[in-house]
Amino acid sequence: MDPNYIKPFIASIQNVFSTMMQLEVQTLAPFLRQDNNPDLDVSGVIGMSGDVTGSVVLSFPQGTAENLVALFSGQKADMGSPEFADAIGELVNMVAGGAKAMFKNRKCSISTPSVIVGRNHRIAQQSDVPCIVIPCSTNCGAVHILIAIKSVDGQATNAGATPVAAKA
Amino acid sequence: MRILLVDDSKTMRNIQRAVLAQLGHTDILEAGDGQDALSKAPAFRPELMLVDWNMPNMDGLTFVKAWRAVNKTTPIIMVTTEAEKARVIEAIKAGVNNYVVKPFTPDLLSQRITETLAKCQQPATA
Repeated sequence: MDPNYIKPFIASIQNVFSTMMQLEVQTLAPFLRQDNNPDLDVSGVIGMSGDVTGSVVLSFPQGTAENLVALFSGQKADMGSPEFADAIGELVNMVAGGAKAMFKNRKCSISTPSVIVGRNHRIAQQSDVPCIVIPCSTNCGAVHILIAIKSVDGQATNAGATPVAAKA
Repeated sequence: MRILLVDDSKTMRNIQRAVLAQLGHTDILEAGDGQDALSKAPAFRPELMLVDWNMPNMDGLTFVKAWRAVNKTTPIIMVTTEAEKARVIEAIKAGVNNYVVKPFTPDLLSQRITETLAKCQQPATA
């Protein structure tokens, strides 16, 4: 695993959560996602293209997501509401955008975010590339960063996968 | 002062609205993307615009270029996650007056708004 692609996401989530919500993020040991690892209840997904391709997902248990949305937007929102999805999408947008700015000598673009809501949903990914999970701990609850990206030139690849479908 | 907020995130527009309210600005119109902004701006005649970069339908950079083709003077602040130096230069070349990288603190956004308005209101010197 090349830490050059992992560290930016850790630095970025810490920066985003600290700046926008005064929330400290502690990261635990990253691990390789296995087929039987369930996802959580809410996921924000962003695609990357250019010199680096793939996707980044922030996944949360429902309680964490509700706490974060309330803190970030200043008001509670129902999990199925547009406001809820909007806030989660903006959080993943800032985390991915901040991380890509730290990639050295790699130009890439990020997509507009998609948000998936559903208990124990699973984001299906390409099987030929690994996905790294970074578990994070905050006062609002747990957050998982799922990094599934690769360099198009094959350099500095730590992980690579693109979600091709999502199901709740 | 009439201010147009262009961002596809309602949450982000609300955050910006709160910062502007603290500065005493309440005459605010919102647009969800560049296309929406292009349709609303001529009638609203904004005196300041905060514009996101990555949006569906029409991105912020395309909107800024289109707006600058018809209006050279409206102060524009790009508020975006695009933090690379090359992106900032691209935006300035397109006609952006100032740049704020997300995430931002309310104080930082407030400061950039104040300095942009002060700079743009100065009489041009020869």
